[in-house]
Amino acid sequence: MENFFKVFIESGPDLWKATLDTLIMVSATLVSACVVGTPLGVFLFTSAPDGLYPKPILNRVAGYIVNVLRSFPFIILLVILIPFSRLVVGTSIGPKAAAVALSFAVIPFFARLVEQNLRDVPRGIIDMARACGASKRDTILKVLIAEALPALVGSFTVTATGFIAYSAVAGAVGAGGLGDLAIRYGYYRFETNIMIWCVIIMFVLVQGTQMAGAWLARRIDKR
Amino acid sequence: MIELSQVFKSYQVGSKTIHALRPTDLTISSGQVFGLLGFSGAGKSTLLRLINRLEDPTGGKVRVNGESLTGMTDLQLRQARSRIGMIFQQFNLLSHRTALHNVEFSLEVAGMSAGQRRAKAREALSAVGLSDREDSYPAQLSGGQRQRVAVARALATSPNVLLCDEATSALDPHTALSLLRLLQQLNRERGMTIVLVTHDIKVASYLCQHCVVLEQGQVVDRIDMSRPNPQSLLGKFFFETAKGWTDQTVLPQEA
Repeated sequence: MENFFKVFIESGPDLWKATLDTLIMVSATLVSACVVGTPLGVFLFTSAPDGLYPKPILNRVAGYIVNVLRSFPFIILLVILIPFSRLVVGTSIGPKAAAVALSFAVIPFFARLVEQNLRDVPRGIIDMARACGASKRDTILKVLIAEALPALVGSFTVTATGFIAYSAVAGAVGAGGLGDLAIRYGYYRFETNIMIWCVIIMFVLVQGTQMAGAWLARRIDKR
Repeated sequence: MIELSQVFKSYQVGSKTIHALRPTDLTISSGQVFGLLGFSGAGKSTLLRLINRLEDPTGGKVRVNGESLTGMTDLQLRQARSRIGMIFQQFNLLSHRTALHNVEFSLEVAGMSAGQRRAKAREALSAVGLSDREDSYPAQLSGGQRQRVAVARALATSPNVLLCDEATSALDPHTALSLLRLLQQLNRERGMTIVLVTHDIKVASYLCQHCVVLEQGQVVDRIDMSRPNPQSLLGKFFFETAKGWTDQTVLPQEA
């Protein structure tokens, strides 16, 4: 037991660096989810054939792209995106490169969640907005997204916690981060204590994210 | 004044054509309270929603306040809609907004400045008797209060037409009557033209000067409510049920 804590002190810098790398990867991933995933989700919802602003052909194309991306096993996605990562962030290894692959995984995933959340907004609310003479922009921002916000926060939380774990997979191809550390030291070098510390830190991250998400969702939900 | 001429709505489901509304002519003069009576699926909601083009007519012309709503650009249509108020069975309030902000919504989307719309919204809430609840969220209001907020939202833009889609169907009789009184007051004091959809003859009898009865997408009866003399089986049935249901009440399908 004494050894367990000694390892924590000794490996402090490594653990700290790994935690930072994980946070960088996950943050970049979540920014992609918000900035690209959300509008894509809105588009999937509004452009559906029975949607608010139907564009059946584009909708189908977007749907296929999303499904194709979601079909890739993540580890394969990591590998095939190596040239692209090199192009975008200038490197094919490390947390930055992993963030590129993670973004490709998170965007279609989050977009589908957004689409589903918007679908759950009662149809009558949209009728009301149209009857009031609301513009497209107002209908999407002030009605659809605003009404779905508690659910969207929930989806975002699920995505964040899920991708904290996902980022560890990226560690397998040398992305750095807690997953990388856990595998290289904990698994390959039989330093079980380090592996356990990595898992504990991951747990703290996941638990913290979950609690923050739940708190925020409760705060904004007026239903 | 609302004029519908040869308006119809049909759509395809697979190889079948569904006639939601057969070609219909209808004139509703200004200041009138006009009822659309029928069972569910009769096309009465479709007819109502054609008036502010929530549904696009497959053919025919719709004129409201002398403007033709068919063939308008998007912007023109949005402006026309803000001159036509509408309330719904399920109230359709925004759950994340307080009563006051819900009322402001209709002004906000019309582009009114924040200060101006606050004053207008307060005025509208006071007209429906809810000044003291302006900071309440819909979840904190009763059904009747929610519908009053919805009425205030519809009134805020000072429309001269109000469309009511089963507005009292989700309310208990007491609250329903109190809402009908409010609508009647709006009609009498502001000369508001009201078109309401209902399956309840009591609602129609209380409020409407004229009614049409719809069945399977077709107007089967036109009734002057001051001298009701229904010609169709369905129209007769509606007036029969006004006296209350008995074992002798004949369902129109059985006659």
